[in-house]
Amino acid sequence: MSDSQLSLKRIAELARLDLSDEEISTFEGQLTHILEHIDTLKSIDVDGVEPSAHPTPVFDVLRPDESRPGLSPEAFLQNAPDQAQGQIRVPKVVDAG
Amino acid sequence: MTLTESLAALSSGQTTPTALVEELLSQIESQNETIGALISYDKERALAEAAKADTSLPLGGVPIVLKDNINALDDPCTCASKFLENTYRSPYDATVTRKLREAGAILLGRANMDEFAMGSSTENSALMKTVNPHDHSRIPGGSSGGSAAAVASGMAIAALGSDTGGSIRQPAAHCGIVGMKPSYGRVSRYGVVAFASSLDQVGPLANNVEDVARVLQVIAGHDPLDSTSLDAPVPDFLATLNDGVKGLRIGLPKQYFAHGLRPEMESLIRAAAARLEKQGASLVEVDLPSTEAAVATYYILAPAEASSNLSRFDGIRYGHRSSEAEDIIDTYKKSREEGFGPEVKRRILLGTYVLSSGYYDAYYSRAQKVRTLIQREFAAAFEQADVLLTPTSPRPARKIGACEEDPLDDYLADIFTISANLAGLPGISIPCGKVDSGDGAKLPVGVQILAPHLRDDLVLQVAKAAELTNE
Repeated sequence: MSDSQLSLKRIAELARLDLSDEEISTFEGQLTHILEHIDTLKSIDVDGVEPSAHPTPVFDVLRPDESRPGLSPEAFLQNAPDQAQGQIRVPKVVDAG
Repeated sequence: MTLTESLAALSSGQTTPTALVEELLSQIESQNETIGALISYDKERALAEAAKADTSLPLGGVPIVLKDNINALDDPCTCASKFLENTYRSPYDATVTRKLREAGAILLGRANMDEFAMGSSTENSALMKTVNPHDHSRIPGGSSGGSAAAVASGMAIAALGSDTGGSIRQPAAHCGIVGMKPSYGRVSRYGVVAFASSLDQVGPLANNVEDVARVLQVIAGHDPLDSTSLDAPVPDFLATLNDGVKGLRIGLPKQYFAHGLRPEMESLIRAAAARLEKQGASLVEVDLPSTEAAVATYYILAPAEASSNLSRFDGIRYGHRSSEAEDIIDTYKKSREEGFGPEVKRRILLGTYVLSSGYYDAYYSRAQKVRTLIQREFAAAFEQADVLLTPTSPRPARKIGACEEDPLDDYLADIFTISANLAGLPGISIPCGKVDSGDGAKLPVGVQILAPHLRDDLVLQVAKAAELTNE
């Protein structure tokens, strides 16, 4: 990190990781070191170069909008951590009040 | 026994699928505890599949090991992660699994790996430790280290791995076997747990080039279930396998004979090139100036894609759900915190950072532009050369535990393999000799052959010629 402080707590929040204080301190050191290496890319002239998201050109692929076989509800639910009435049960999302 | 020899013995009746499976199971039972190559295997099922195997099919009766990130109906698929251990059974077959079954192969077991394929040593497996069969104090390489160690120790005759930055080729080199990353789009990624979708490709590991060609022939081809799978005809790889290298131009990228490449390894690589020259190939030096930048480019793009891909592991639909959480956001955060190991967390954090507001242009966008430069440089090199020949790794298998404090050291050692993923090229690693470890062991060295996109046939043809001149 050359030009700004790596605020790992904010990044962990974005990444939905509940890191311990010990992890934050370890990762901060390791990631700072990795980012120092990554910063070497700044010396490469990329003016006018188009970005590549893929190794080969990628095209939209469409298929006819027809129904076809898929997973059964049982197969879909077999790995659910919690289920009820043929659905995945999840923790509370919104307050009822 | 090699896969090709096994097929011959099966078709002549010298052996049976059951005898083959029993032989491999006895190897697994005597060695897996020490080598740690397989996370799981199902003895009864393998024998049941052997009993009804159709040996007239292309891989009829041949047992195959899958890396534990490839779905197979009703099997576990742990990705060597606590997140999926004990809680997940595949509800479907990956396309490569289906193709192997349709070709008559028997699913033998599931190989250890770096957690979610993140790493080059298999030390990042949260479930077990894999050692190098040539020296048990050393890593097998990774991330497909279990697949490579299984083949190298005789527990498997062929295995599938996945390669995002060298994860098939580098463990193949470290374990003294053959491993191939096919062209991007050649093999379907459907049902293979995604790490970095623009880089991932599934491929075979086996004892020789012909074995690899036979497995690739079965798993290659267009798949409507993977939109990046290419609708391109698959050539008959065996038809050109023995065409030799006469008249071919073999490029030696000068940047690949630097960067800490051990001198004794460099002489083995150059000797392999010289033997191909003797067979009628010509050697040309080529220039790939952005080689060093490839590591930084890769360690922006791959974590960025990983941070997005791994957001699916949220504790809701499958895998680990924390019992400590109070609400939905807390469930995500605690399930992920408890389920992921340190390397996976590091890469998710790095990926989240380079994609975050304010840093996207400086990191992610810039890396995508350097990726374009790398692709252009390969295109220019392939005007001067038909294939490229390079070391697979700058060093032989290192000691277990040597990079625990500083993950960057391992990242930098990926330098010779990651460019092929950034450019989508097919690449193979084959053994070309051994070096002294300095403490009594002989460690295998791999030579890498790269070819233009979709020239998997040429990779195999040149690798076969190089293999024939070994020893």
